Amino acid sequence: MFVETEEFAKRLEAMDGLEREAAYEAVVRWFAENSGRITHHMHLAPAHTATTVRLGGGEPIVTDGPFVEGKEVVSGYAEVEVADLDEALKMARSWPACPIVEIRPVA
Amino acid sequence: MSEPDGDRGSREVLARVVREHAGRLAACLVSLLGDFSAAEDLVQDAVETALRRWPVEGVPDRPDAWLFTVARRRGLDVLRRETNYRAKLARLRWPQPGEGDDRLRLVFTCCHPALSRQARIALTLRVVCGLSTAQIAAAFVVPETTVAQRLTRAKRKIAEAGIPYRIPAAEELPERLEAVLAVVYLLFNEGYLSSAGDRAEARDLADDAEWLAGLLAVLMPSEPEVAGLLALIRLHRARGAARFDSHGRLVPLAEQDRGRWDHATIADATALLTRTARAHRRPGPYQLQAAIVACHAEAADFEHTDWAQILVLYDMLLAVASSPVARLHRAVALRYVKGPVAALAELAGLEEALSRYPLLHATRAELLRALGDTSQARLCDERALGLTANPAQQALLHQRLDPAHGEWP
Repeated sequence: MFVETEEFAKRLEAMDGLEREAAYEAVVRWFAENSGRITHHMHLAPAHTATTVRLGGGEPIVTDGPFVEGKEVVSGYAEVEVADLDEALKMARSWPACPIVEIRPVA
Repeated sequence: MSEPDGDRGSREVLARVVREHAGRLAACLVSLLGDFSAAEDLVQDAVETALRRWPVEGVPDRPDAWLFTVARRRGLDVLRRETNYRAKLARLRWPQPGEGDDRLRLVFTCCHPALSRQARIALTLRVVCGLSTAQIAAAFVVPETTVAQRLTRAKRKIAEAGIPYRIPAAEELPERLEAVLAVVYLLFNEGYLSSAGDRAEARDLADDAEWLAGLLAVLMPSEPEVAGLLALIRLHRARGAARFDSHGRLVPLAEQDRGRWDHATIADATALLTRTARAHRRPGPYQLQAAIVACHAEAADFEHTDWAQILVLYDMLLAVASSPVARLHRAVALRYVKGPVAALAELAGLEEALSRYPLLHATRAELLRALGDTSQARLCDERALGLTANPAQQALLHQRLDPAHGEWP
């Protein structure tokens, strides 16, 4: 899971066209280099587009925004097929974009 | 080091025998079953049976074969539904012919950075050193259920997150080895610092740490930092007998009876360090810390300490691994090279990082006292006293706050 921070969003914002293009290319390259392991991946629209539904407390409650209001938001994910955690860690280490990557096995 | 008390003596023998064999058995069973948790449970079961029966029946002639037989029988029993495991276990013979020592893989799995620090320590003690959950709990003065939960959670994470059972690849090795050495060093510190009188009954974790460092040094002869850590632990322990007086009070380095140091061990550890330095020429934090302790250990008395050399070593240490605590220790060396005023100036820069670290305040007190400012020194000692929970440190500070007593370098 790729996690963006406020600081990262600001840095992205401050980039000029060329810089942003280079950053984008680095991500494309990472996906190309790791294509053998990636089964599928998804980039999510920004957190301001999120809607959250809370169930279990009687009537479902629908609220605007992501499920946790915080400085860190999940911005996308990639499903990968690896032998063990070390292989996943190696991939995560070379991820060129947002500053946090959470690794979780698929249940 | 061992005490005349026979009960403690036999417990130490038991611990040594279990430690020598439990890890090997665990390593073999993890390889065979490919299931860390199941293998570990079997070994733990055998270890607990041994701890119950050996004190009564005596240690068997072939402790490894005994542990294996119990673990195997138990495995065939509890793994009834896992026909695959049972078949593998049924074929297993002991000792394993021609197998190398697999324990290194075990160590790297137990010290994987994806596990919490506490989990790494507990797992290493249990799986590699063969401690029981109760023994780990007693050593860290925490409830047994806490340790049991920590271990269960860690084993689940190993299985579910896919933490591998292997020695890391060359490019990962430096970082992963650092994590392993950190676990051993933490273990040593825990054992060494809490070895005050009131916990004499607890297992000596420093002993386990030295054994682990020794094991790693045999299994990884080309890693200079492993030898450095082993030398560091041995040099510290060689001075153990002089660290406490007959009342269990901590004795400052300057006042220690150097005749009670284990000079043969000091000579051996220093030789190991020199050999390592010459062979590799890659000084890392553990080798440098060991070299500093060796400098102290080689001085005939406190007055003959080679402080200039120690200061050089601290500068090298800070260049490879700077930390506020290392800078504090360097300031103490600086005092003896350039005087207390220069050392005090160094401490000013550490106030923020170490404001809750008792030794910062105790050191400042020491320097102020050397400059004749006894009232400020007293305030600093009181601050240090309020921050330490270690009974030996507390006693020493109480002594210092009583003006009849001397200094604490």
